[in-house]
Amino acid sequence: MHPAFSVIFLTTLIGTGQGFFLALYTEQVYSVVELLPPQPASFYTIGSVISLAFLIAGLIASFFHLGHPERAWRSAARWRTSWLSREVIVLPALMGAVAAYGLVHHYEWDLNIIGIKTSAHGDLSLVVGAGGAALAFLLFLCTGMIYACIKFLQEWASWLTVVNYTLFGLASGFLLATAYAAYRAPALMYFYGGWTVVATATVLVTRVGSLIRNRRLKYKSTIQTAIGVRHARIVQKSQGFMGGSFNTRDFFHGVEPWLFRAIKWIFLVLVFPVPMAFLFAGMIDRSVTLITSAFVIQYLGLLVERWFFFAQANHPQNLYYQTIS
Amino acid sequence: MTQLALVIDLNVCVGCHACVTSCKEWNTSGEAGYMSDDRPYGQDPTGTFFNRVQTFEVGEFPNTDTVHFPKSCLHCEDPPCVPVCPTGASYKRPEDGIVLVDYDKCIGCKYCAWACPYGVREIDEHQKVMKKCTLCVDRIYDMSVPESERKPACVLACPTNARLFGDVHDPESAVSIAISENGGYALMPEWGTKPANHYLPRRKMRIKIHDDELVRADNPLKKEGVLPKPDVKEPSLDDATSW
Repeated sequence: MHPAFSVIFLTTLIGTGQGFFLALYTEQVYSVVELLPPQPASFYTIGSVISLAFLIAGLIASFFHLGHPERAWRSAARWRTSWLSREVIVLPALMGAVAAYGLVHHYEWDLNIIGIKTSAHGDLSLVVGAGGAALAFLLFLCTGMIYACIKFLQEWASWLTVVNYTLFGLASGFLLATAYAAYRAPALMYFYGGWTVVATATVLVTRVGSLIRNRRLKYKSTIQTAIGVRHARIVQKSQGFMGGSFNTRDFFHGVEPWLFRAIKWIFLVLVFPVPMAFLFAGMIDRSVTLITSAFVIQYLGLLVERWFFFAQANHPQNLYYQTIS
Repeated sequence: MTQLALVIDLNVCVGCHACVTSCKEWNTSGEAGYMSDDRPYGQDPTGTFFNRVQTFEVGEFPNTDTVHFPKSCLHCEDPPCVPVCPTGASYKRPEDGIVLVDYDKCIGCKYCAWACPYGVREIDEHQKVMKKCTLCVDRIYDMSVPESERKPACVLACPTNARLFGDVHDPESAVSIAISENGGYALMPEWGTKPANHYLPRRKMRIKIHDDELVRADNPLKKEGVLPKPDVKEPSLDDATSW
């Protein structure tokens, strides 16, 4: 497939926003049971603003993918069948939940419905946050399933796609939370840093797993099934036109094979070892700059990873467009 | 239930591209708006097309077979492009099974093109909506054209009658008979899309000559020439025997 930068930015930005919100909410839940020190309301409020900024940036990026952005509201219509439609519903719902979460913390609204007495304040925020966390995971599911549900894009049609989207989002969100904690609440730095390492190590396993799976793929569609002629040697002599078309532009990344292979190693290096090294160095030095650099490097790596994810998918329609004439 | 479709006879198609040009001509002049082109006479021309004829070579020289292969939307009975559409712009008409795009609802997200294994949907780069073969839906129901011309433009244009049009759910229709009697098949059956359009395979005309057909069994001496005639007094079996 031809990677669209709008979709690359959409998926990476909202992934970070979701992961960051989950990091915030995790901290609050831990602090309720006194596993972590409670934080002032502004910690969550500013955190929600950061998470919301990423989600909004992703939403804006997605509009560049549309031919008719002014009709985007229509895309909520077919949620019964389309994962894209479901994502279009869940993303604003999550943005609403994150905004509500920030507001509840900012105004310190409370319900006292649960009745637990801890040093942490506010059970309304716990309820709103639980809804937000559920929506965040639901959004990971929707985003992943948009790609995993197309069965003939065999590189994508796997549960690993959903798992990778979730774990990449968690890794980058928690890494951003580590930087945020190093700046705002150093006591949380090791907690977030630890979970960043766990998420990054897990996604290393699942992403390499999907790379191995894709290397071993046997394509179900062949030139024989594409034109329905049973012969071992079929060669296309003409695709029917000598100029370009949507079919020749939108389904192939158009990059030299050596560069394509190099991009895989670039993302493997940028997403995994380099940010982890910066993270360790940053946690040892308690350096906000180093941890922020780790996040920025990993985010750049995720852009490359997402490019590779799209580019690697081999669409069966390419069987019909192999020779110009 | 009706399922309109094309049946394309690869045994007859000569690859003349008349269906391509007539499709473009009809649909670019239609009420749904033109099919945009860029640089049609310049370098690297590109444009929107619903139908293309491709050419494949089967086998190795000298035993090759050139297959001209027209490809347009197959109007799948289980179209993968329809459920993925977030707006419902892509839909399959229940009354005749034609898969259509509502250009007023399409947001141009291209997800349906990703979800079509056949590559028959393309975005119009100027109107920014997805376009595809409509089976000339604006023509086949138009009562102002003679009934014999209420067929898709490509079918009318085909000089070798390689394209048949009709209801593949009606077992008595010409297309159903063509499919069942001439080995009609669907493309990429592995994805379960159940394409309504079918293709008829190349069919070879061969005669098998057995050795005993080259040797006259009634000429054991292998002497060629006028055979002896039976005596006029003898009984004759005319053609059945020579004496």
